[in-house]
Amino acid sequence: MITESRLEKLFTDGHFVVTAEIGPPKNSNGEVVRKHARNLKNYIDGANLTDNQTAVVRLSSIAAGYHVLSEGLDPIIQMTCRDRNRIGLQSDLLGAYSLGIRNVLALTGDHQSFGNHPTSKNVYDLDSIQLIRTIKKMRDEKQFLSGEAIKEHEPRFFIGAVENPFGDPFEFRVLRLEKKIEAGAQFIQTQCIFDMERFERFMEMVRERGLHERAYILAGITPLKSAKAAKYMKNVAGMIMPDHIIERMEKAEDQKEEGVKIAVEMIEHLKAVKGVAGVHIMAIAWEDIVPVIVERAGLLPRPEV
Amino acid sequence: MIVAERKPIEEIIKMVEKHENILVLGCGGCVTVCLAGGEKEAEQLATTLRLYFQKENKQFKTITTTITRQCDPEYVKSVAEEVAKADAVLSTACGVGVQFMAENYPGKWVYPALNTKFAGANLELGVWGERCGLCGECILHLTGGVCPVIRCSKSLLNGPCGGSQNGKCEVSSEIDCAWQLIYDRLKSLNSLDLILKIQPPKDWSKARDGGPRKVIKEEVRL
Repeated sequence: MITESRLEKLFTDGHFVVTAEIGPPKNSNGEVVRKHARNLKNYIDGANLTDNQTAVVRLSSIAAGYHVLSEGLDPIIQMTCRDRNRIGLQSDLLGAYSLGIRNVLALTGDHQSFGNHPTSKNVYDLDSIQLIRTIKKMRDEKQFLSGEAIKEHEPRFFIGAVENPFGDPFEFRVLRLEKKIEAGAQFIQTQCIFDMERFERFMEMVRERGLHERAYILAGITPLKSAKAAKYMKNVAGMIMPDHIIERMEKAEDQKEEGVKIAVEMIEHLKAVKGVAGVHIMAIAWEDIVPVIVERAGLLPRPEV
Repeated sequence: MIVAERKPIEEIIKMVEKHENILVLGCGGCVTVCLAGGEKEAEQLATTLRLYFQKENKQFKTITTTITRQCDPEYVKSVAEEVAKADAVLSTACGVGVQFMAENYPGKWVYPALNTKFAGANLELGVWGERCGLCGECILHLTGGVCPVIRCSKSLLNGPCGGSQNGKCEVSSEIDCAWQLIYDRLKSLNSLDLILKIQPPKDWSKARDGGPRKVIKEEVRL
């Protein structure tokens, strides 16, 4: 244990960890986040708060993380490099830690051209690997990125990162994961998996390099709401949606139920994949389904710490 | 070279309509090469404006001339007489030329006829592509000659983002993923070890973020 993170404790105790994503609202109503946190509290071990997901302005991940914390659920705040330079990022890290947040997930962030302010100026002062290293430097070396000392109360975050086994160049993905772990990432959440074959090939390469022993890997799961959603995802950058899943969704009488079934089957399969330390459920705008999936996948009760 | 393209004519008309006597000043440098603001384009622009204002029954005269470079004092000073005769100057140079003319002729409006786009190369006939972000500290030796600062939509220094797929950028399938290009180049050069190393944060003070920059070559100063 390097940090006081509850999430880190669960990993080090060897539990199969379950995290899920909460999308903060496009307004200033914290109650939306609190309600999700109450609903998910006994079903997951940590909640990701997205940081202006798909470059759409939303309640900030840090504020949302605070609401989650107030409801007794462990928040994982996402932090993207798109919107803040190294001064803003470090300042927000201090702020988040001061509020009691102990887990952070460093990401590059979707390009602003996808969001609701496509004419904005992006930042990308640091990339995700540099951000991971910055968070580690603040914690382990008690220094800001500039080298200036943090004399006291350094933020001691449990550091997460993402990896996309479905992006290209495929062979480089595992090497990039290694770079993230080298930089200081302790847990990894993957892009949502639909192409299990490619994910297994990815994990094989992960095991070959022993990366599963250096970081906890959470496999990404997204329950599909409809065949239409599946077809849409086929065109999302960095995602692979196999035709057999679209066909299965199309043929289903109850598409939502089929989406849940697929998610549950995938989790059951992933439990047996060596090196997978847990699952991360991204039920985009469908947070209410998470307890159903967790229960049906046999992941209850969640461990006490 | 600096690549530019002409502004929409409606926009140019709005800039110059309050004047009666305009010097349309072409530039023989980069904008001539990228077919945006050389002698021919300056003349075409002057003709278009004259015809437009003629139709509008408005008094409007043009003088057209082109100098070798609008970013060089020697050439800029050579048009002093023409500038004096005109109410305003419509420059078909890049933003550098427009500013340098304005600097040299205080009290005279100098309007930009072009939108200055980027530092790039001529990829094929009629097509130019951005190649340099003018960041002040070149890292092309680390990336196999492909610049991630300007060719990656997110300026990433440590590899592709999650949106890179089939060699294309998440922003558009028209854009090559710079990191796929870098990966392929380094693989063919047997130098993949270069991208396994973690690149530290960039010193952006060498780029625009350090404020306007100057290059001084002491040995040639007077």
